[in-house]
Amino acid sequence: MTEADPVNTFRLEARELLETLEQGLLDMDADPTNSEVIDAVFRALHTIKGSGAMFGFTAIAEFVHDFETAFDKVRKGLAEVSPDLIRIALAAKDHIALLLEEEDQDPRSGDGILTELSVLVATGTGVQGTVAVVIDKAVEPGAGAGDVTDWRIYFRLGQDALVFGANPLLLLRELQDLGACDVTVDIGAVPTLSSLDPEKSFLAWEVILRGCASREAIEDVFMFIRDDMELELAPLDQQVKGAEEAVDPAAQKTLALAPAEQLAKSDNRTAAGGGSSLRVPAERLDDLMDRVGELVIAQERLNQLAHASDDVNLKAVAEEMGRLSAGLRDTTMGIRMVQIGTLFGRFRRLVHDLSSELGKDIDFVTIGEDTELDKTMIEQLADPLVHLIRNAVDHGLESAEARREAGKPARGTVRLSAFYTGAEVAISVSDDGAGLDPARIRAKAEESGLLAPDAPIDENALLRMIFHPGFSTAKEITSLSGRGVGMDVVKRTIDGLRGAIDVSTVKGEGSTITLRLPLTLAIVDGMLIRVGKERYSIPLAAVEECVELPAAVAHGSKNRSFLNIRGSLVPYLRLRDLFGVEGPPDTHPKVVIVSSGDIRVGLVVDQILGNTQTVIKQLSKLHSEVKTFSGATILGDGTIALILDIMNLVDFGQKIDARDTKLGRAA
Amino acid sequence: MSKTILTVDDSGSIRQMIKMTLSGAGYSVVEAVDGVDGYAKATSMSLAAIVTDLNMPRMNGIEFIKKYRQHPSSRGVPIIFLTTESDESLKQQARAAGATGWIVKPFKQEQLLAVIKKVANA
Amino acid sequence: MKTEVTFEGAMRSVTLQLEDELFAIEAESVREILDLMPITRVPNASSFAGGLVNVRGSVVPLVDFRIIFGMERRDLSMDTRVVVIEIDVDGDTLIAALLADKVHDVTDIESASIEAAPKVGMRWPAELIRGIGHYNDEFIVIPDMGRIFSTHGLSGQAHI
Repeated sequence: MTEADPVNTFRLEARELLETLEQGLLDMDADPTNSEVIDAVFRALHTIKGSGAMFGFTAIAEFVHDFETAFDKVRKGLAEVSPDLIRIALAAKDHIALLLEEEDQDPRSGDGILTELSVLVATGTGVQGTVAVVIDKAVEPGAGAGDVTDWRIYFRLGQDALVFGANPLLLLRELQDLGACDVTVDIGAVPTLSSLDPEKSFLAWEVILRGCASREAIEDVFMFIRDDMELELAPLDQQVKGAEEAVDPAAQKTLALAPAEQLAKSDNRTAAGGGSSLRVPAERLDDLMDRVGELVIAQERLNQLAHASDDVNLKAVAEEMGRLSAGLRDTTMGIRMVQIGTLFGRFRRLVHDLSSELGKDIDFVTIGEDTELDKTMIEQLADPLVHLIRNAVDHGLESAEARREAGKPARGTVRLSAFYTGAEVAISVSDDGAGLDPARIRAKAEESGLLAPDAPIDENALLRMIFHPGFSTAKEITSLSGRGVGMDVVKRTIDGLRGAIDVSTVKGEGSTITLRLPLTLAIVDGMLIRVGKERYSIPLAAVEECVELPAAVAHGSKNRSFLNIRGSLVPYLRLRDLFGVEGPPDTHPKVVIVSSGDIRVGLVVDQILGNTQTVIKQLSKLHSEVKTFSGATILGDGTIALILDIMNLVDFGQKIDARDTKLGRAA
Repeated sequence: MSKTILTVDDSGSIRQMIKMTLSGAGYSVVEAVDGVDGYAKATSMSLAAIVTDLNMPRMNGIEFIKKYRQHPSSRGVPIIFLTTESDESLKQQARAAGATGWIVKPFKQEQLLAVIKKVANA
Repeated sequence: MKTEVTFEGAMRSVTLQLEDELFAIEAESVREILDLMPITRVPNASSFAGGLVNVRGSVVPLVDFRIIFGMERRDLSMDTRVVVIEIDVDGDTLIAALLADKVHDVTDIESASIEAAPKVGMRWPAELIRGIGHYNDEFIVIPDMGRIFSTHGLSGQAHI
């Protein structure tokens, strides 16, 4: 390394690089986010370091190494470009220039700059000492022989090894340099000529190496290809044991794993959190879900084609595609799932504040934080849950004195829990307070004109009155709740999420309000039915069974609408009448028995077409008044089918029924 | 057998050093200043080996290796890359792209010769 | 920006025809003009927005201006077009498909030629019209899309 020429060349080169560096730093000052400029600065540093070390400029190499380490953080977006950073980086550049021209500098003279630099980009790790001046292990034939004499070496190159420039002849020659070799070729893995790719390597070699070569020397022969090959290396007298020492498959997998590692590395740039999670903008997830939705629709179309075709291959492909898209759908929905615990956390603070404001001692218990729900749903649940928790604390829990009088602990409990039930998630807010008072609800409902005095109403329906707009039972209007807004908003939000609300209460013991929600908003399995010429989709989760409409009923009167389903009377609705479908009904109508909450009802349809995956598209606000449909979906042939909203449909049917009875004629 | 070795590096001093070392051992050395230049030269001549830097403007070493390996003339030509990184993943990237071996900077002339001898059949 | 009846310079519009009346829809709010596609009826919806159509994978409500402008419903013909519009309604973006007997062209309607709709003597509700313009010596109605599509504007109009 003493030839004058390259060293002088390096000096010239380094001066140019320092010029580039300075310009780059100034450009960064003007445009701190320009990654091209940052990359150019980084590259200049890297070259100065690498070449400096090559030509004996150790002080420069060490200094630049730390400079580069600091700048790597900038390049990776971990540190910000600030005027201070540019100032100190320019000072660092000047220091490099000094080291370049006057070699006998105090090696520690740049430490101040480096410290300042590292503070500016600090993200926890301090400046690390010096550049490792790597001295590559030279191949030392025959070194460190020890007492081992002969070796059995068995090796097989990776299939791409020859194309990538590895040469078995050279490897064997190198082994021969270590001692006398008996070489045997293993052609066992060579495929038949018809399937032989002449550029791939299939051969393996067994080499018996005599002499006193060290294990290290032998391994060095294979140093460049070690990770991409099969290598067995054992002292000859321990052959059997040696075979077991065969390179483990993990080593061969390294290469395959490399891209994943790269991915993980680049993830670090965008992922703010640690661990193995990845932060992705929500819109991308929505995009992905939309695409998957389209795919599911296209898949449905393919299915129909395959169904109508005799082509066995087409059927097989359609089936395979069906499995794949269902898998993709599930995975995608899985990505969108968020633990509800993310929501629960913020209620702790709410209860704490309420507790001090109202002077009530409260235990707030949360259960099932790890229950997962679609992220859009989680976002929309926040406000309803705030209302419910406020209500529980404000109205539900009695004052400490009242509790003591009732023989209860002075400290009340509000419990927030989430759990799975079938294809739904139930979230309930319960308190151990006084419970809802049916008499008071009734009085209030009558007062608000929601209920006629003395009108018969069952308890469940009475409890549901609290969801009516303008209804409030609070004796005093507090700043927190009781203004009659809240519960109706809760109801509307939950309806919008295709969920349901249950209320249960025991006088003196407390009440529980349970929100039941579908796992996802985006896709549901549906049963496609036909009414007249129109097709509709019924959420499969709501379908209990399908039966024939008995002929006597089918042609009988419209007024008495009950079916006997295994002993229980089930009311039924003719969708034809409900939807005003014209034309004569089919001769053999079917009844789809659906349930929603406690209500069980039969829907009379002309034909059941089968099950489909239904990508739910929300209806626009122009159709917000049409409650009988929760949305629409696009079928395989591109036409649109409406999705029935079972609960609202039943309500609507009852109203129509009532009107018909009143008017004494059919709708 | 070709005795020509291509050195691809944006640093003139490194190219000069490699050229001196290999010429002394009887090779003829062709220089290229970055991946783009390297690709043009590599695909237009018969080579005994290539020695390339990884960190270069325009087309970096990994991209150069990957692109060159897609060209038929690259088959069996050993590619040695220079790296300052002890970073294993960079080595893996380069090998996956089709590199044959590597030398860690800084290196001595003898080390370069030993590696060339190891991979180049000339 | 524009007020109800004044437009800066000229209003770039898509002109369409319903029966023998011409309507001008601001070109900016028109996304595309399509041939008639299959319509899915929405039971129990207002006849103004009685259907849904599939516009490139989106479910879009189909609206019929005949209903609010007091015209007879008519069978759809070969000339029937669907004008897909994107408008702002009460702060939300609404995409709707508008039925038209014919779509003529895109033209500039001089703001100077636009007059306020007379409050009386009209066969249609004045509050749903931004103004009356002149186009090729004919009157052209400039509907107030915001009013028509806001739920408030619709109430009482939908079932005429």
